[in-house]
Amino acid sequence: MIPLPNLDVIAFLVLATFAVLCGLSVILQKHAVASALSLVGVMGALAVLYLMLGAEFLAAVQMIVYAGAIMVLFVFVIMLLNAGSEQKSNRPRYFAYFAGIPALLVFLGLIANFILRELPNSASVQFGAFTQGGPAPVGRLLFTKYLLPFEVTSLLVLIAIIGAMVLAKKEID
Amino acid sequence: MDYFLVSLIKIVVVFGAFMTTLAYLQWVERKVLAHIQLRLGPQRVGPHGLLQPLADVIKLATKEGVIPANVNTFFYILAPFIAVSLALISIAVIPFGPAIELFGVRTNLELTSLNIGVLLILAISSVGVYGIALGGWASNNKYSLMGGLRSSAQMISYELPMAIALATPLLVLNTLDLRQIAERQGGGWFWNWTAFSAPPLLFIAFVVFLISAFAETNRVPFDLPEAENELVAGFHTEYSSLAFAGFFMAEYANMVTITCVATTIFLGGWHPPFPAPYSNYVPTALFWFFGAILLFHGLTQPARRWDRFTFPIFGVLSLGLGAIFLGATFFPVVGQILFPVFWFVAKVGLLLFIFIWVRGTLPRFRYDQLMRFTWTFLFPVALGCLLLTGLKVALFG
Repeated sequence: MIPLPNLDVIAFLVLATFAVLCGLSVILQKHAVASALSLVGVMGALAVLYLMLGAEFLAAVQMIVYAGAIMVLFVFVIMLLNAGSEQKSNRPRYFAYFAGIPALLVFLGLIANFILRELPNSASVQFGAFTQGGPAPVGRLLFTKYLLPFEVTSLLVLIAIIGAMVLAKKEID
Repeated sequence: MDYFLVSLIKIVVVFGAFMTTLAYLQWVERKVLAHIQLRLGPQRVGPHGLLQPLADVIKLATKEGVIPANVNTFFYILAPFIAVSLALISIAVIPFGPAIELFGVRTNLELTSLNIGVLLILAISSVGVYGIALGGWASNNKYSLMGGLRSSAQMISYELPMAIALATPLLVLNTLDLRQIAERQGGGWFWNWTAFSAPPLLFIAFVVFLISAFAETNRVPFDLPEAENELVAGFHTEYSSLAFAGFFMAEYANMVTITCVATTIFLGGWHPPFPAPYSNYVPTALFWFFGAILLFHGLTQPARRWDRFTFPIFGVLSLGLGAIFLGATFFPVVGQILFPVFWFVAKVGLLLFIFIWVRGTLPRFRYDQLMRFTWTFLFPVALGCLLLTGLKVALFG
């Protein structure tokens, strides 16, 4: 029998490819709804990757909060405003050539540097080796070790909500 | 290989039963609605319209699928796929019965067991809105767009009370695994079910969950996304043939799934309402009673010509089913599957009947009433319920 490569690796490659393609699609699509849905695809692929790495709770929350709530709101707003396709301007884009190409080169250099320096030193990921990703261990950590950051974050969100309400109310008055 | 084979068999059985349920749920809904409105309902195809679902499937499958002009073709075709596939996922984590042993193989009566089962169901139901929203938007029709928008807003709003109402019993049950949730409600009597423990907090949570479930599945009185007298048919106005059937199937699948979740978490899953030796005679009694009525009507006063033949046939079938359940009390090998599944199906059926009953009874909300109801009433009630239950668990364990 031919030795099959590990199924985890195949699944990882498929999902990673899917995530990268969706990520490219987010910026390359002309239509806002298509971009938003590509972002949902990225988030779905990430959720499954979390699941494969043993972070079950994180995977579920990723789907519920990001794909299910935030992106639904995004899509809702895009549809409500009925945003059409992006229009290309006819002006020559000097900025893209003079700033974009050097920026791209710097970015590629950074990535290459990072890969060349870190890849030989890092241990390879073991799928299924991490078992502390269920709701119980995460909850225990959130309410003991990380209680202060957790509460501060929730306070911050509360302030943001109140701020949004104040701003929206001013508009109505 | 055993595991593989057993899983395959379970998938085939659950899928077949699920699809049949979806097809016949529609028949039941039409019949019940008709009788609420003093009509007869489907009557032509088969005895009392029993073959109507088959006729509908053939009709929908053979119709021409029209793609209207100026729609966003890719998303227009994608939307029903998203709706159907997301609607069919959640049934995989629902436990239908306890662990059984058959021919030396030990297995659970469910497709898969997850330690985050409840979260998975919440995740799937929160993503489910994309099918409807996309379908409405891609159709390039103002009524469809309005339907899709209403649906998104409604599902986001009602998800909050639903998730909080779902979290309330978890405080008592202390697990997210649906199998363990159902097992911890055992103990013989119905007051061990979460809906009736810690009264009246968890019963309120159950009612809040049920109301949100109506909104999540876009059912009357929250069916604004497809309100026919203002939006033609809402998000699926432009759809025809199998794409339309897909949306239709997704709605019913969501209904079945959400009632299964309510049964598992609030109504004790597969546990009978009172202890085993007596509760095992309930199915027999019910089927024999039903069979006797059918036989009596078929043999003495058939209203239609064919009732003379069909009523006795179904009566005898029902009597036979009752006999099978009676026999199962003596053979634990059969009984261990039949009785839990019977009680599970009975509870799900009761909840589905309530869904249909409400549709036949209540008028539709106006949009602002719908939003005010969830944000100013349902959400605070669910939140208060959660806090009080937490207080009770903290103080009395």
